[in-house]
Amino acid sequence: MSESVKTGKSNASAIGSKKTTDQSVLPIEATNDFVVKFANVNGSGSASANALFAKSVFRMGVPVTPRNIFPSNIQGLPTWYEVRISEQGYTARRAGGVDFMVSVNPQSMADDVREVRPGGYFFYDSTRPLDIRLLRRDINYVGVPLTEITNRAYDDARLRQLFKNVIYVGALAALLNIDMGVLEQLIAEQFAGKKKLIEPNCSALKLGFDAISDEHSCGLRIEKRDLIGDQILLSGNSACGLGAVYAGATVAAWYPITPSTSVAEAFEKYAGKLRIDPDTGHRNYVVIQAEDELAAMGMVIGANWNGARSFTATSGPGVSLMTEFLGLAYFAEVPAVLIDVQRAGPSTGMPTRTQQSDILSTVYASHGDTRHIVLLPSNPKECFELTAASFDIAERLQTPVIVLTDLDIGMNDSLCDPLEWDDSHTYDRGKVLDAEALDNIERFGRYLDEDGDGITPRTLPGTHPEKGAFFTRGTSRDEYATYTEKGDAYERNMQRLLRKWNGASEYLPAPIEKGSGASVGIIHFGTSVAAVHEAIDQLAHAGIGADSLQLLAVPFHDSVAAFIDKHESVFVVEQNRDAQMRTVLVTELEIDPARLQPVLYYDGSPLTADTVYTKIVEVLGKASVSASTSTTTIAGNSDTAAGD
Amino acid sequence: MSYQKPTFRHPQLPRNGLDLTRSSYEGLISTLCAGCGHDSISAAVIQACWELDIEPHRVAKVSGIGCSSKSPTYFLNKSHGFNSVHGRMPSVATGANVANHELTYIGVSGDGDSASIGMGQFAHVVRRNLNMLYLVENNGCYGLTKGQDSATADEGSKSKSGLENPFENIDLVGVALEIGATFVARSFSGDKDQLVPLMKAALSHRGFALIDVISPCVTFNNHHGSTKSYDYTRDHIHTGNIVDFVPARSEITAHYDAGDTTLVDLHDGSSLNLAKAQPDYDPGDKGAAVNALLKSREKGEILTGLIYIDTTEPDFHEVMSLGAAPLNSLSQETLCPGNEQLQKLNAGFR
Repeated sequence: MSESVKTGKSNASAIGSKKTTDQSVLPIEATNDFVVKFANVNGSGSASANALFAKSVFRMGVPVTPRNIFPSNIQGLPTWYEVRISEQGYTARRAGGVDFMVSVNPQSMADDVREVRPGGYFFYDSTRPLDIRLLRRDINYVGVPLTEITNRAYDDARLRQLFKNVIYVGALAALLNIDMGVLEQLIAEQFAGKKKLIEPNCSALKLGFDAISDEHSCGLRIEKRDLIGDQILLSGNSACGLGAVYAGATVAAWYPITPSTSVAEAFEKYAGKLRIDPDTGHRNYVVIQAEDELAAMGMVIGANWNGARSFTATSGPGVSLMTEFLGLAYFAEVPAVLIDVQRAGPSTGMPTRTQQSDILSTVYASHGDTRHIVLLPSNPKECFELTAASFDIAERLQTPVIVLTDLDIGMNDSLCDPLEWDDSHTYDRGKVLDAEALDNIERFGRYLDEDGDGITPRTLPGTHPEKGAFFTRGTSRDEYATYTEKGDAYERNMQRLLRKWNGASEYLPAPIEKGSGASVGIIHFGTSVAAVHEAIDQLAHAGIGADSLQLLAVPFHDSVAAFIDKHESVFVVEQNRDAQMRTVLVTELEIDPARLQPVLYYDGSPLTADTVYTKIVEVLGKASVSASTSTTTIAGNSDTAAGD
Repeated sequence: MSYQKPTFRHPQLPRNGLDLTRSSYEGLISTLCAGCGHDSISAAVIQACWELDIEPHRVAKVSGIGCSSKSPTYFLNKSHGFNSVHGRMPSVATGANVANHELTYIGVSGDGDSASIGMGQFAHVVRRNLNMLYLVENNGCYGLTKGQDSATADEGSKSKSGLENPFENIDLVGVALEIGATFVARSFSGDKDQLVPLMKAALSHRGFALIDVISPCVTFNNHHGSTKSYDYTRDHIHTGNIVDFVPARSEITAHYDAGDTTLVDLHDGSSLNLAKAQPDYDPGDKGAAVNALLKSREKGEILTGLIYIDTTEPDFHEVMSLGAAPLNSLSQETLCPGNEQLQKLNAGFR
């Protein structure tokens, strides 16, 4: 950003507010279907004001999907908050630029101006003149003297910074037709515990609202609808933490790492509310911030070995550190739950950006022959349900279960159906023998497969004075847990583990199939779901029918192979460079790699429908239909090119 | 209910308060080298647990990797054991302990396992004051990979091939003192009279109890020039204090002249009677403990005995505000908040 913007001494233009000067481009007019993006400085307190904006749209009954786009930094760098408002209920990030840019960060202003769609709106602080180089003839400028208004109303520097954020929300309410009553109600709820803050926030809101006059005009409108129903707005990480509480997890061991940190924090928050012994005030849970991820996983394994449900949450680099322990838990057959909120890249990569690139490193984590169960939630409700289910699965199969989410779902609030818990569900604690059961058997064989399903009985320490004690070890052993290096005993054990793996899908959630007999099939999982469903609508508009299959778990249910069999063209959509899920599909299902067309995207931003649509159309050789049919594809959009 | 079944195999053998003979505390036959110090330590564990009337199945044995970490197989065969990952026993012990604080936790580690690959986890389990007995079977070398120097090998100590160790050693006793251990002791595998009472005291201590046991490696580190050999250790040992453990149920009688003993009360009502080799040594004084350690080191002596004890610090269980009922015993009814509560939470997400 040039110095002139800050000083206003040169290259400055007092444009105030003005419409497009390029007569061939009309201002965008849209109701309940546009993208608003806030360009802020991180650490400036903008997050709660931006969330207030998104929540007001939600309360007006219009589907809304907010996303934080932030740097790996605490204060001073650019951060964005992108809100997609879609009456049709599309929740994927939309390609093709922003309809309304709220620019309150001079640092990123040049980039922010470029990102506005032709005919879109650029809202900025007009206290100082705008750099003339930021002028585009094909967009509308909405100038509001935010600093001037703020400085006039407040003396304190901190108040000025905080209320400036609320003031622009008030201005947006006037511009976009947001119900002030809804905003005031949200503020009242937010500060229910600090009532004296309600009035000043509402005043700030009004200052912004009143700053908008007839000279400002905006063709974007939010109108009340009833499209939300009983849906909720929740982050995946909160849902995972809550799922662990409901599953009866008592031990959380973790090490801070973006973007998973808020999983452990959510567990602590909800357990702190719901798990305090009413009689003694003692906690019925423990959260241990470990010294590193190795220790976190060790604690999880120790607790589960001892019969307490325990989990950890981490991201890719943490998974790397936990890998030795994952091998131990697989081989020694100790239940464990690991929530991996994926981020971008090998090494430190892009820690605040999203990807689905830990598939191979989780499914086949550790040395030797290992395979792990992986669950793949795509929205907060599934985060809650699959996290809760993971503890049953881990204890039933006596093995690690990895819940694979990502930053996009984990750290952003997204719309989903309300959470539900079936009170008739009883936790599946697996084959654990108590003292009475031990009394009734001749000889306890920890690794003796009497049921033929590969799952053998275990005992917990301290159960019985004479029977059931055994040595858990990462070394090879026989059916009675006695150390051995005999090859046949090792092979028998490894074959049994494979038997357990092959029967595992019975306990795993089945994939979700949509469509009816099209020749194109799209396999996807996790946060690609929104983009894929929107792309399928785009494809339908272009005359291409497509079915979809949302994977929820590895190993795969039989219906996955069947889905591939019955579709002529099968695409696998995933957010990584190396087509990792395709590799797992090819390996596990033993299918011809040529049967699966990769649709890859990995620039760290959330997947858009256009990326999926464009790639599929290209592969199908029908490129000619692309430009004219997709409502959201914008010429020259850089998003669509990335990742192939 | 009782699962105590008397064993009648050797009616003439002495029995403890649970009517159990020592054989109920034994493990499998050791596969360590003949004369290995670790086997003496296993024997001391058996003796200490037997004398303390600990129910064998209420002990959990945890270890890392190495010769030392194999040894839990050779004691307490009726206890569950977990031979985990190299250097990571402390984390497994921590998870197990928070799941069920009612069991007695005995961790067995070695000098490589604790002072090299597991230094981080060792430091943090000390900080947390996890209630466990942490035994370091310290032979100054890597036995299972044939005798490489470990981080506790003294500077100048010669390996079997005759090479001098050029690096400063890490003294786990000193490290533990520095980072807040509440029970720090050192002993020698060849000194059962000192080791058994120390173990009994450590098992009765509520909090983290370290016993660094010099345990010569007869195969790779018992030669002339090694400072962890039997001969060198016997020649340089300095007994800081003589420990007499007094169980809770026994009347405390004066075995020592009042002026030369210190009585330390432990949480379970038992006591330690310390006969001092040096009249001015107070094991409750950390400064004195650090000083004694440094002085013995300057003199080339190996200070043994109970070096430091603090019975006032809360253990990890208490710090984490956990209740009397073990976490692994809580029912679904206690743990699951139910759908009605979830619907209230849903309302907050709108």
